[in-house]
Amino acid sequence: MLRLPKFDYVAPPDLAGVLGVLSDRGEGARVIAGGTDLVPNLKRRQFEAAVLVSLHRVDSLRGVHGTHGSGLVIGALTPLDVIANHPHVQEHFRALSEAAGLVATPAIRTRATLAGNLLADTRCNYYDQTEPWRESLGWCMKAQGTICRVAPSSPRCLAVSSCDTAPALIALDARARLASPTGVREIALRELYRDDGIHYLDMARDEVLTEIALPPLGPTRSTYLKLRRRGSFDFPVLGVAARVSRAADGAVADARVVLTGIASRPVEIPEAAKLVGALPSDDAIAEVARAAEQRAKPLDNTDLTIVYRKRMARVYVARALRRCL
Amino acid sequence: MKQLVRLRVNGDPRELYLAPNKTLLEALREDLWLTGTKHGCELGECGACTVLLDGRPALSCLTLAVELDGREVTTVEGLGTPTSLHPLQEAFVELGAAQCGYCTSGMLMSAKALLDSNPAPGRDAVRNALAGNLCRCTGYQSILDAVELAATRMAVAGSPAEVPA
Amino acid sequence: MSQDLSVVGRPGPRVEGIAKVTGQFTFVDDLAVPGMLTAKILRSTAAHARIRSLDTSRALTHPGVKAVITGKDLPTCYGIMPTGEDEHALAQEKARYVGDAVAAVAAVDEETADEALKLIGIEYEPLPIHMDVASALLGPGEPIHETRRAANVHKAVALEFGDVDAGFAAADYTREDLFFYEGSTHLPLEEHGALAVPEGPDRVTLHSSTQNPHYVHRAVAKVLGLPEGHVRLVAVPVGGGFGGKCDPFPHEIVACKLALITGRPVKITLTREEVFYAHRGRHPVLMWLRGGYRRDGSMTALHFKTMLDGGAHASYGPAAIYYTGALQTVTYRIPAYRFQGLRVFTNKPPCGPKRGHATPQPRFALEVHLDKVAHDLNMDPAKLRLQNLSRPFTMTVNHLRITSNGLRECLETVLRASNYAAKRGRLPYGRGVGLAVSSYMSGAGLPIYWNDMDHSQVFVKADRGGGVTVYTGATEIGQGAHTVHAAIVAEVLGLQTGDITLVTADTAAAPVDLGSYSSRVTFMSGNAALAAARRLRAMIAEASAERLEAAPEELEFREGRVYARSRPDHGLTFREACGLAEARHGNVLASGSYRPPQLGGPYKGSGVGPSPAYSFSAAVIELRVDSETGQIHVERVWLAHDIGKAINPVLARGQVEGSVYMGLGEALMEESAYRKQLLKAPSMLDYKSPTMMEMPDVETFLIESTDPEGPFGAKEVGQGPLLPIAPALANAVYDAVGVRVDEVPITPAKLVKALQSLAAGKGGRVGPERLPGFSYPEPTRVEPPPESYGHPAAADGTDGGVAAHAGQ
Ligand SMILES: Cc1cc2nc3c(=O)[nH]c(=O)nc-3n(C[C@H](O)[C@H](O)[C@H](O)COP(=O)(O)OP(=O)(O)OC[C@H]3O[C@@H](n4cnc5c(N)ncnc54)[C@H](O)[C@@H]3O)c2cc1C
Ligand code: SF4
Ligand code: FES
Ligand code: FES
Repeated sequence: MLRLPKFDYVAPPDLAGVLGVLSDRGEGARVIAGGTDLVPNLKRRQFEAAVLVSLHRVDSLRGVHGTHGSGLVIGALTPLDVIANHPHVQEHFRALSEAAGLVATPAIRTRATLAGNLLADTRCNYYDQTEPWRESLGWCMKAQGTICRVAPSSPRCLAVSSCDTAPALIALDARARLASPTGVREIALRELYRDDGIHYLDMARDEVLTEIALPPLGPTRSTYLKLRRRGSFDFPVLGVAARVSRAADGAVADARVVLTGIASRPVEIPEAAKLVGALPSDDAIAEVARAAEQRAKPLDNTDLTIVYRKRMARVYVARALRRCL
Repeated sequence: MKQLVRLRVNGDPRELYLAPNKTLLEALREDLWLTGTKHGCELGECGACTVLLDGRPALSCLTLAVELDGREVTTVEGLGTPTSLHPLQEAFVELGAAQCGYCTSGMLMSAKALLDSNPAPGRDAVRNALAGNLCRCTGYQSILDAVELAATRMAVAGSPAEVPA
Repeated sequence: MSQDLSVVGRPGPRVEGIAKVTGQFTFVDDLAVPGMLTAKILRSTAAHARIRSLDTSRALTHPGVKAVITGKDLPTCYGIMPTGEDEHALAQEKARYVGDAVAAVAAVDEETADEALKLIGIEYEPLPIHMDVASALLGPGEPIHETRRAANVHKAVALEFGDVDAGFAAADYTREDLFFYEGSTHLPLEEHGALAVPEGPDRVTLHSSTQNPHYVHRAVAKVLGLPEGHVRLVAVPVGGGFGGKCDPFPHEIVACKLALITGRPVKITLTREEVFYAHRGRHPVLMWLRGGYRRDGSMTALHFKTMLDGGAHASYGPAAIYYTGALQTVTYRIPAYRFQGLRVFTNKPPCGPKRGHATPQPRFALEVHLDKVAHDLNMDPAKLRLQNLSRPFTMTVNHLRITSNGLRECLETVLRASNYAAKRGRLPYGRGVGLAVSSYMSGAGLPIYWNDMDHSQVFVKADRGGGVTVYTGATEIGQGAHTVHAAIVAEVLGLQTGDITLVTADTAAAPVDLGSYSSRVTFMSGNAALAAARRLRAMIAEASAERLEAAPEELEFREGRVYARSRPDHGLTFREACGLAEARHGNVLASGSYRPPQLGGPYKGSGVGPSPAYSFSAAVIELRVDSETGQIHVERVWLAHDIGKAINPVLARGQVEGSVYMGLGEALMEESAYRKQLLKAPSMLDYKSPTMMEMPDVETFLIESTDPEGPFGAKEVGQGPLLPIAPALANAVYDAVGVRVDEVPITPAKLVKALQSLAAGKGGRVGPERLPGFSYPEPTRVEPPPESYGHPAAADGTDGGVAAHAGQ
């Protein structure tokens, strides 16, 4: 049986307690939420943790509040199945409910949290392997080594951002609230991510993600499409979130397309803005889709081939946009 | 450092003194001798270790046992006994939904969670609810049939699988 | 006899069903005994390397460690086939693949054993690596095994039946094709495990999740240097086998050795990744074939070449190579047939017998080839097959004896049920139907090592209490071995399956059965059980006859009673009758055994392929292809299987559905893919095994051709229905979108590539372009036997009392 390494464990009753431990224990401390990303990674000995600081007793971080008129606030610890099945999210923030409902498996979604999903480690099938496997291949930059095995000349790690809810939330203009021992800050969610497989988050070690806020968007449709081999279990090898908001006359008021699974962070397709101001047309959609294909630069470190995934960016973006009409 | 965990397992109060790196799977099998819960990967990738935590399905191989103080765990041993089988167990036996039987405990727990919250699921709902449980023997068809049969029987008996919490 | 059955043929629950749904059924890892240690194996991180040094001293002194062993402690070689004993429990001078076992530790618990593995110092001197057939054949540097043949050639064979050149000369049309069938693995849900309990200094009991206790028993005793009588093997029912738990494995031997050294019980359970290294899965096979046909579609000759990538050991390879050429002739009348096969060693985990053992690959090639031929000849693919179909009670050109044969019935059944004729070529673009047929063996005609003994023996015992116990070496692997034995014995004795106690797969308690492989259990052990039960009934009848004032032959055994046919109301309870039998005979114990008739032709290699009876399958698949994404959605599978007689239709249907599932997995997504020297995806997440979301509804038809030699007419069902799935799917893809993906798995990426090729006017085919250069040996020419072997049932030219039953 594959087992966990040894670690200390604390479960403070409130956020202040959590932040306290994070600042006291320094480098070796790690937050654990649902553990569905962390536990497998620790079992494969991908990194170490001297102490796990559990959030599970901090009840204030759970729940979905607000309305679509005023905007929605989702506690960071809210399980994904709750989000996927929340009637209000389903109706007004469909991309999010679809994305949350497509993560992993039903029994994982009851434990997996929104924060854990947004902050889950980047993926690379040269790295998401046991220690002996990685030793056989040769260590890589992300752990114990110096070069990237996917692209040996790359100055940085190219592991892939693979969480489903991030593109959906970015397409919905979500904002993230973070607490640290020194205070609280709020940023646009898109600013949380960096294009680096190792340092994939713009977040301090002792910061805790506490809330996600969704602004009211007016008449809007959004969706999330996920490419993977099986209808369950699998991470996205391409995920496309799309959102189209309309003005009273039916013209596009705002549009977003965000991709996941093709870079170390969610990738926005700025060409989506070209849809704005007119009634949506097949040609305009095709143009955004083509731009997405060009921007998609998948590498050979996930399932399915690069050529195929790149090509599918176009197909999936077009389909996602059409579903938003 | 080991920690004291008080939880209920299949209705019984249990106290365990556990290292924090023990998963619920290990605690069930090695400390409580409840070996009905199986394992096929220990990484969340097969569903064999599915149990219920406060009535909802969870993977015991990814759950730290120390997190479960005060919680209620239900395993296959708590579902029914040979003399009083749960309708799901009955239907699984009848329709041959357990071949080698290795995925069966996990399947049953996922199915129970489904029927508790949705007593009359359509075939697609059953597929979705059990999509995180791999089976290599049956081709799933007899499992789908068995869950549907159990649901029908429970509806006829008029007692949906206990009221969800 | 078969009109009036009360247990056989009825859909009862499996005997261990309740234990399996209540969590009480125990697998090896569920076992624990006092004082038990845990063992772990250190596995090679090099794919091909000489072990320059191996230092276990630090591991040995690690607190909690009780023993550390290396190759020096287990120098004796073994292997499942006597012609391929090229394995060691722990690597000797070199490692041959990543995952090869190198050393092992026994410690107080798994955490400690894991820690100790990290303390073992090992230095490798790398050797050239070969990861595919082409590279292995070129073979610079040290070969993977020292053989007498060219570099890395494990075995090359060539056979010719009849005059193939003449056959091609007589053809109006010939066609050549190339195919590739990717390797895949069994992925049983249960990880292999073993628990060894020492019984004094030179005896050991091994509880193992094995399908083949008999062969493991032999190998373990050999390597430990103990008489077989000092090793007791208990095969604990496996949580999925599919052929993956058929070989003797290092962890089994290591557990025994460590138990003997420490004097304590030792348990070892592989991790999922280690299960991938244990492997013995589907061989990747490259295939070339050429068929000759008359204008009416009848086949004049077939030439078939295969190249198997065997991995690092022989394993079942000497058989596998012949299996890629053996069963083509069982479904079709092929008047002249040439077969050339090659198996090479590569630096990968060894391939072996996965469900269908090296026959799904050639079946894929042949059935897709026939679809293309039909297209070329402007014929309905179904008609082409009907034109060439094999017949009951005939000999094939390669000397295989066909008995009952319900293939025509299978084919007609699925054609009718699926409405194939109305759909083929007529569904809208993107939707299609595909057809394929196949055949498989009900047990191999010959044992794995040459001997004159029975393949299966069964004891049945009753006593004054009326209890009946069946002792059999057959193993329960989920296929229902227990239930089948109980049903057969219960039927004969007029009891119910629940009345039968089973003692199985324990070498100290049960007689020898060769194992749960090649679909042999129901047929062979079932026949042995039938013989034993009949003898037992005769003993009881003889003892009861006097009391019942009737001749023993006149007695009926029914519903727990024994009575004379003429006086049903005047009888004995079964219990009373057993008491009389015990008083008369001293004991009520009977044995039965089974050995197949003399089968196989007059040539080397004829031992592979013969079976006392063949099952037959036909499948139609309907699917949708998303032509933009290349994604395939299988909508429905119709599968008819000639099972001879379904002893338990619920179990039989389950075997069909499970086989279809595994076939779809191979056709669509499962692959043992490598990255450099490493298995790319040794995990359940990355090795793609279909979930409930991918599985279509399967409509199963059990065709009962009542085999004259099967128990109650039964034949196999555990493997055969897998075979037609991949080709039927490929053919349906062609029907849907007009492209040919001549290799499995048919991934979306390959399909998109084929569609692009079609759009660009480049033929719309994806598949291998050529075979790597290799000179096969010149074929040995063998005269075909006469087609008829004079079985009376063949004379009337019918398909012999075939009955069809839809799965209920
Ligand atoms: C078999 C399998 C399949 C999966 N498939 C998918 C999939 O399809 N799509 C997908 O997106 N994911 C998938 N996952 C990954 C994972 O289950 C999800 O991403 C999940 O949402 C993670 O949430 P969690 O609460 O369990 O995170 P955890 O494992 O608890 O945490 C993940 C990371 O976030 C950090 N963290 C968590 N919460 C906070 C916080 N509030 N503040 C600061 N840091 C925090 C942790 O320190 C850790 O580094 C899969 C996992 C498995 C095992
Ligand atoms: S992308 Fe490169 S550096 Fe990053 S995890 Fe993969 S191999 Fe390592
Ligand atoms: S053992 Fe928990 S999911 Fe496989
Ligand atoms: S019954 Fe064997 S894995 Fe499901």
